[in-house]
Amino acid sequence: MESLDINITITDRDGVTHEVEAPTDMAMNLMEVIRSYELAPEGTIGVCGGMAMCASCQCYVLSNTELPEMQDDEEAMLSEAFYVKDNSRLGCQIQIVPEMEGLVVEIAPES
Amino acid sequence: MIETDIIIIGAGPTGLFAVFEAGLLKLKCHLIDALPQPGGQCSELYPKKPIYDIPGFPEILADDLTKNLLEQCKQFEPGFTLGERADLVEKQDDGSFVVTTNKGTKHKAPVVAIASGLGSFEPRKPLIENLSQYEDKGVEYMVKEPEMYRDKTVVIAGGGDSALDWSIFLADIASSVTLVHRRNEFRGHLDSVEKVQQLKNQGKINLITPAEITAIEGEGKLERIEITKKGEEPYMVETDHLIPLFGLSPKLGPIANWGLEIEKNAIKVNNALDYQTNVPGIFAIGDGNTYPGKLKLILCGFHEATLMCQAAYKIINPGKRYVLKYTTVAGVDGFDGSRKEAPKAVVKAIQ
Repeated sequence: MESLDINITITDRDGVTHEVEAPTDMAMNLMEVIRSYELAPEGTIGVCGGMAMCASCQCYVLSNTELPEMQDDEEAMLSEAFYVKDNSRLGCQIQIVPEMEGLVVEIAPES
Repeated sequence: MIETDIIIIGAGPTGLFAVFEAGLLKLKCHLIDALPQPGGQCSELYPKKPIYDIPGFPEILADDLTKNLLEQCKQFEPGFTLGERADLVEKQDDGSFVVTTNKGTKHKAPVVAIASGLGSFEPRKPLIENLSQYEDKGVEYMVKEPEMYRDKTVVIAGGGDSALDWSIFLADIASSVTLVHRRNEFRGHLDSVEKVQQLKNQGKINLITPAEITAIEGEGKLERIEITKKGEEPYMVETDHLIPLFGLSPKLGPIANWGLEIEKNAIKVNNALDYQTNVPGIFAIGDGNTYPGKLKLILCGFHEATLMCQAAYKIINPGKRYVLKYTTVAGVDGFDGSRKEAPKAVVKAIQ
């Protein structure tokens, strides 16, 4: 089966921007893509493993890419997180799909 | 001074299984954990969630895994120092270690196993200027002694179970309880949410949503806070106490200063042999260690704990012979005098 990668632009917590390719056929989410490229040190992202329970993978979405609608648990977690903006999302709740080609995000500060 | 064979820092699944493996080698363990209950992340972060990759368990709830591990190791009578964070390790002249907690409890053993996962769970602090200045002067991140709030005015911030539960609890103790949350919705058990609704209707809890605490003030101690309701002008509220309850997040903490090699927020260990750190006698097992190819899985922690115990045996009993025994063959002899063993095969002639 031909795998389809998409291009994502990620700005890390030091302000450095990275262009990365993310597989769409490995059931990966945005938090896992960031970890797979080691764009944030281990232990500072995906702390809860991706259960929308820690907000360590909070990202600001900078492009108009269509993303899955926010579920209750993500919304609740963001309501208790810090540095939250209108364009905040939890990376672990964004499954990578081909439609996300060109997604641009910035990783929120650690808290 | 608590004396034992292996001091285990962290009472999560890896630490608990280490108690069992150590017990098979007749080594006694004492566990230290910053959380008030054993289980680590399994009990603190996701007790009611299923885990699917524990060998032999197609599906098990994190809470049940903790219960099973406690049951499995109980005949080896582990000691527990809970609700205290291991802060300091000191090597003694006799080669042993003394580990001291933030509350001054001292533990002595020839071997230390750090099974601290991602670290000790520390309260997440809201971003309010000067907040640290008022810590323990009116600002507390957890309720330790509810009586200290008797007849005082209390503001609780947060929207999860602990914010709801403590608002309910303190409503009968404090002279007033105000609950401030960024949204109208709360994430908690349904009965807690309903109880808060009821207390609000009775005027026993003052609910302010959607709002945030945006500043705090006071001379030498907390006196008032600024509350900003969404889309409205900020206003000041007099209060004796502010309790921000925004959950806990794991931090490596003081272990970072123990002279251990740290890489990627984890402790480097020798995975070719026994998961020992660069300090002989100190091991790191489970999610808190790192080595080439490391996977943060509970099942890997179990394996690492087993090898660590074999190495600990050699440190504690130098030169003493031992070979690995199978529990099915040898049974399990508890320190409490209990014995588990496989039933003997029946030898009987068939006529």
